[in-house]
Amino acid sequence: MDFRYLPMTAEDEQAMLQTIGAASIEDLLADIPASVRDNGTLEEVGVPLPETDLIRTLSKLADQNMNTKQYPSFLGAGIYDHYAPAVVNHMLLRSEFYTAYTPYQPEISQGELQAIFEFQSMICELTGMDVANSSMYDGITALAEAAMLACAHTKKKTIVLSDGVHPEAHDVVRTYANGPGLNVETLALEQGVTRIDQLDAIEDVACVIVQYPNFYGRVEELQALADATHARGALFIVSANPLALGILEAPGKLGADITIGDCQPFGIPQSFGGPTCGYFTTTKALMRKIPGRLVGQTVDENGKRGFVLTLQAREQHIRRDKATSNICSNQALNALAASIAMSALGKRGIRELATRNLQTAHALKQKLKQAGFTIVDDGPSFNEFVVTLPIDATRASQQLLDHGIIGGLPLGSYDAARQNEMLVCATELRTNEELDQFVTALGGLTHE
Amino acid sequence: MNEQTLIFEISKPGRIAYSLPLPTVDEVAVEELLPTSMLRKEDVALPEVSELDLVRHYTALSNRNHGVDSGFYPLGSCTMKYNPKINEDMARLPGFAHIHPLQPVESVQGALGLMYDLQEKLAVITGMDEVTLQPAAGAHGEWTGLMLIKAYHHARGDFKRTKVLVPDSAHGTNPASASVAGFDTVTVLSDERGLVDLADLKKKVGDDTAALMLTNPNTLGLFESDIVEIAKAVHEAGGKLYYDGANSNAIMGIARPGDMGFDVVHLNLHKTFTGPHGGGGPGSGPVGVKQDLIPYLPKPIVRKEEERYVLDYDRPEAIGRVKPFYGNFGINVRAYSYIRTMGGAGLARVSKEAVLNANYMLARLKGAYDAPYDVYCKHEFVLSGKRQKALGVRTLDIAKRLLDFGYHPPTIYFPLNVEECIMIEPTETESKETLDAFCDAMLQIAKEVEETPDVVLNAPHTTIVKRMDETLAARKPVLRYEPKQEVHA
Repeated sequence: MDFRYLPMTAEDEQAMLQTIGAASIEDLLADIPASVRDNGTLEEVGVPLPETDLIRTLSKLADQNMNTKQYPSFLGAGIYDHYAPAVVNHMLLRSEFYTAYTPYQPEISQGELQAIFEFQSMICELTGMDVANSSMYDGITALAEAAMLACAHTKKKTIVLSDGVHPEAHDVVRTYANGPGLNVETLALEQGVTRIDQLDAIEDVACVIVQYPNFYGRVEELQALADATHARGALFIVSANPLALGILEAPGKLGADITIGDCQPFGIPQSFGGPTCGYFTTTKALMRKIPGRLVGQTVDENGKRGFVLTLQAREQHIRRDKATSNICSNQALNALAASIAMSALGKRGIRELATRNLQTAHALKQKLKQAGFTIVDDGPSFNEFVVTLPIDATRASQQLLDHGIIGGLPLGSYDAARQNEMLVCATELRTNEELDQFVTALGGLTHE
Repeated sequence: MNEQTLIFEISKPGRIAYSLPLPTVDEVAVEELLPTSMLRKEDVALPEVSELDLVRHYTALSNRNHGVDSGFYPLGSCTMKYNPKINEDMARLPGFAHIHPLQPVESVQGALGLMYDLQEKLAVITGMDEVTLQPAAGAHGEWTGLMLIKAYHHARGDFKRTKVLVPDSAHGTNPASASVAGFDTVTVLSDERGLVDLADLKKKVGDDTAALMLTNPNTLGLFESDIVEIAKAVHEAGGKLYYDGANSNAIMGIARPGDMGFDVVHLNLHKTFTGPHGGGGPGSGPVGVKQDLIPYLPKPIVRKEEERYVLDYDRPEAIGRVKPFYGNFGINVRAYSYIRTMGGAGLARVSKEAVLNANYMLARLKGAYDAPYDVYCKHEFVLSGKRQKALGVRTLDIAKRLLDFGYHPPTIYFPLNVEECIMIEPTETESKETLDAFCDAMLQIAKEVEETPDVVLNAPHTTIVKRMDETLAARKPVLRYEPKQEVHA
């Protein structure tokens, strides 16, 4: 059987074996002990599928999923349904970008290098920080890496996480902390925002980590949290939704030592949660401790401006066990998507898009209040907030599916005390009509 | 050619390249909804461009980049094979691209079904008992695997295993991942064959060994033919054997890590399974384990309950979560599309042809360049530029000269145990004609080194920029665009 990805003909095979001086491909494998040779187990992988059959098979699987292009979604919690300008996908399909690897050879990788340099620049603008790297896997592993950096830098062993940080980030940080044996402590929320006074009772604090807006949607007062953190000689780390920064003050202006987050709101599809694109920013003082790749501007032999990977002495391929992180592959293509989306939005668009999110979520909040629902810890928020339902929110979300609505996130699985609470998100894509349908459907929830 | 402008430099106030949906809710002023103290004082200075400006800019950047679609890319240990177009289409199906990870499982049965089937197929391919798709990339998989091994030892009350053995030819990520997982690294030497020095391994392995990390074939492209004995030595000392799957393009259908004695495996789906590489990512680094490590796999795992797929969070011994949600699903869809396209028979041919291509190139080049290990290689091989260095031309110069021929150079100066190393991995998707043309260029360069070395020393001659001043970049880091900054020339 012939395969369209395999150009080798029988004639090629013979000619090549002859040059090598081998009788068969088997000769080339003779150093592999017979006891470990594979005897046809790959048959279990199945038969090859022609292109049309593949499309049919995968389309069938895709069609079994309720997608947010067809059904209105009120889910957020770290992954958002936003407008992505059509140009983003078209530019991403330029295969010079997506079929390349890490730009190790700057002379033939100036396109990727410059795109990353521009990404770093845009992320610095957005966050008000001095330095951004070329990307991390996602916002949450970026947060874990920030915590590790803080422990290494301060030589202290306790990571302090606000309960307003995404529960999955708590999980990931605990896993990371188990490696070198670091401690994780938490700060509870009061009326929806972080209670920093609890920090007094915690010893050996390397960093305090908060989310902005927090997991339950509330905008934290960063400067006060930063001041309390710095008074303890610890680093202040902010996990920020980059779209919210279109209207919210930049963490860099409010005392953040490290700001991290996820660029998924910028032109990156939800894709069942991945791949997204973490960003990682810090101050000039911590520049040489940053994980991952950095692109810097320089000149070539003729004095022409160009870009290279730089400060590589931090990285695993040079420093091996002494590296600042083990990260190698990152999310370059999604960083490119985010750059294109940010460029499409521009100075005005990012503010308008952020404003529209604020307005839509506010409209939903008002409608729910008018319909008699209680907003939990109501206060300044962006595009998410928590609402109390008359029944278990998990059951509510099942009933919403019957109405063709993908409801918000039931919070009971994170916190048993929140069994009837739902974290809802309304982005710019939700119409007034969809908001009304959602409120009506919630009004019709039954205990059945 | 002129310098390429930055997108910031073509910005002009008033231009836009976006189109927001028609407003349907009240346009309440931001100041009425949020306290002024929380609001941004200055707008975000993102570039202001029209849609055509934007398209021209990124098209210009793409034209300044070399990908597999542009030409041969024999970057060793990176498996720069063809990235099938159909995979891109499949990942963009609305039912895959536009689903939220926290939707009720009833509404994402197709996605979970795909993940389940991929877990099963990767388990077969690697010879492991269970697979998690959560790790985001190879290095993330390494760290995950080491955390699993740590959990395994700790669950047995064994806390003295603080060391991870890593061969001197290993990828830099191996020791780095060991450090992040809280282990000390012990380097195992290679012998004159380029393989793990068994005597050195036996000296270093002991009751403080948590694991040995091994790439097989190793980064020299050589199969660790003592693998059975290596596995025995590590297991007898109570350690676990970790398989770095960066080179698994050599072994599909030929020898499975599970049958070689490995306990934990990661795969780089962006390498062997056509990812693509994306200019540096996103990747995907699933991890497979043998039976005794299954309890520690990160949560959640996709399971099949009768005809329904579920996410299993009830894993009390799990190491926790290593990534939010379920891994890089979009990359996993592409890998699944590739695996279904090739089937078992196709994958087995992939590895055999990758091995033949590498050996053919080695045979053609070993006269002109030193071949430190002149035996049959697997999917890649190393040459040494030692002979050329004696004539005053370094491997870096040879790599730069290759740019003039339209090729991406091989991996250079790695592995570290080969002087002036040149590491070539052709992959199976390249034709004999392409391999021949590249070998002809390499032979011509070898001749130039002897006859007209300046041509090589001053290379590249044809690229849009010449060699970059990397010292300047590191000494005076300019890591972002600043509106008033002067370009130092």
